[in-house]
Amino acid sequence: MIHVEGLTKYYDDFCAVDHIDLDIKGGEIVGLLGPNGAGKSTTLRMLTGYFQPSAGDIRVKEHSIRENPLAIKRLIGYLPESAPLYKGMLVYDYLEHVARIRGLGGAVMQQRMQTLADMCGLRGIMHKTIDTLSKGLKQRVGLAHAMMSDPEILVLDEPTSGLDPNQIVEIREIIRKIGEQKTVILSTHILTEAEATCDRIVIINKGRIVADGSTQELTAGKDRQGRVQIGLLGAAAGEVVGRLKDIAGVSAVTPEPEAVPGETRVQILCRPGIDARADIYAAIKATDWVLVEMNQEAQTLETIFRELTRES
Amino acid sequence: MRQALLIFNKEFKDYFTSPIAYIVIAIFLAVTGWLFFSAFFLYNQAELRRFFTLLPLLFALVMPLVTMRLFAEEINVGSYELLLTLPVTFRDIIIGKFLAAVAFGAALLLPTLSYPFFISFIGDLDWGVTIAGYLGALLMAAAYAGIGLFASSLTRNQIIACIVAMVICVFLAIVDQMLFFFPQAILDLITYASANAHFTNIAKGILDSRDLVYFLSIAFLGLYATHLVMEEK
Repeated sequence: MIHVEGLTKYYDDFCAVDHIDLDIKGGEIVGLLGPNGAGKSTTLRMLTGYFQPSAGDIRVKEHSIRENPLAIKRLIGYLPESAPLYKGMLVYDYLEHVARIRGLGGAVMQQRMQTLADMCGLRGIMHKTIDTLSKGLKQRVGLAHAMMSDPEILVLDEPTSGLDPNQIVEIREIIRKIGEQKTVILSTHILTEAEATCDRIVIINKGRIVADGSTQELTAGKDRQGRVQIGLLGAAAGEVVGRLKDIAGVSAVTPEPEAVPGETRVQILCRPGIDARADIYAAIKATDWVLVEMNQEAQTLETIFRELTRES
Repeated sequence: MRQALLIFNKEFKDYFTSPIAYIVIAIFLAVTGWLFFSAFFLYNQAELRRFFTLLPLLFALVMPLVTMRLFAEEINVGSYELLLTLPVTFRDIIIGKFLAAVAFGAALLLPTLSYPFFISFIGDLDWGVTIAGYLGALLMAAAYAGIGLFASSLTRNQIIACIVAMVICVFLAIVDQMLFFFPQAILDLITYASANAHFTNIAKGILDSRDLVYFLSIAFLGLYATHLVMEEK
């Protein structure tokens, strides 16, 4: 459905997006994840035709963004970050304006506006001025704007930023409902949101894709290194490091600051794909140290995200 | 073209949903009415020439107020992003907004049609010259709107857009009265650049293609420059 190739964007000398390649199939809900300034919004803005790419190409179906941006704009519904709608207009007037520009008219338009009013919960606010609406309501009007032409692809830039927890749940529900039939691409820096709504997660850092896959694929990643923390009594840190680093499955052992007096804590980095906990236990059992704590850091999306996007 | 008309429709309605439009129209009418009629009866002539001589400068001050928000506001609020991701071309957007500004210029002139109407009762008004004058005024509004639109596309700050447009428009409006300051060699060029000189020709009832070409090309230059700015962004 969407084919992105070598997409690059420079702002003067600063490279915001650096050779991104991405293939999105029809019907996927894709979450673009990344820290602030990673290039998520820039990528979406190029995809929706707001920015011209500095290099590379985006193809949606058979259209290229360079040759036929108008055809792509017809296929995509877009909600920019924080829904910058025309402030002075009534919600109804605004949606009607969008509908007409999208080529709807007459009974079809009325029908569509009714459907969207129900779907996005706009019934009660159709005759209010947009700048009197709360952020959550504005966001919903923005969603209705994006879905006006019933587009095949929906692009949402941080659809839940700045909303309260109830509104977040509402918006997510709407997105999931749409995602049953449409291709949805959304950006966010809220990890639980990506986990909750997306089939596929693409993590971007400094303008490059650093991970791509479903939540399960990312967290189960075979080439991830497991981390085990242990706490010992009656042992000196140097001795512990010396003994444990010789275990086959262990790649590194680093002592950690002493939190409780007398307790030695070390962090053990396992070799990729190996669970070395049994060997570690056996090694400790052979001494007279007392094992008071052993804890394997669970691989959540959060740890992976931090690992991949850390400033190094 | 359909898209351009939709944009025109929205922009033109926008003018009248805020009170600013009515204030601008009221002030415009008060100023022209006062300046025109305070001397009208002294001259004792049934003509609008003195009304038309006010227009180049007055429009140069008013049209920038009309055009300043067209792009600057959208860029500032961010709705520019929504607009550009709808299936519309730059050309649709520019033409729609430009026509809305010109139509607002026409709305400014509309109430002043009562002047020739009433004057025609007290004397023998030359309708041909009057109609030519109004036509010229519209052309001038279009030229200034082109300049104003360009200024508005340059910045997100409406005040800056307004001042830039005013400086250019006022310059075109009064430059032929400052020929004294220019070297002999470029006097012809300066006179040709003067909106006032071209407008005065039309307002005399002389429809010369040179004057029409002048206003239309200023408007076109403004719109073309706006297009270039949009592409650059």
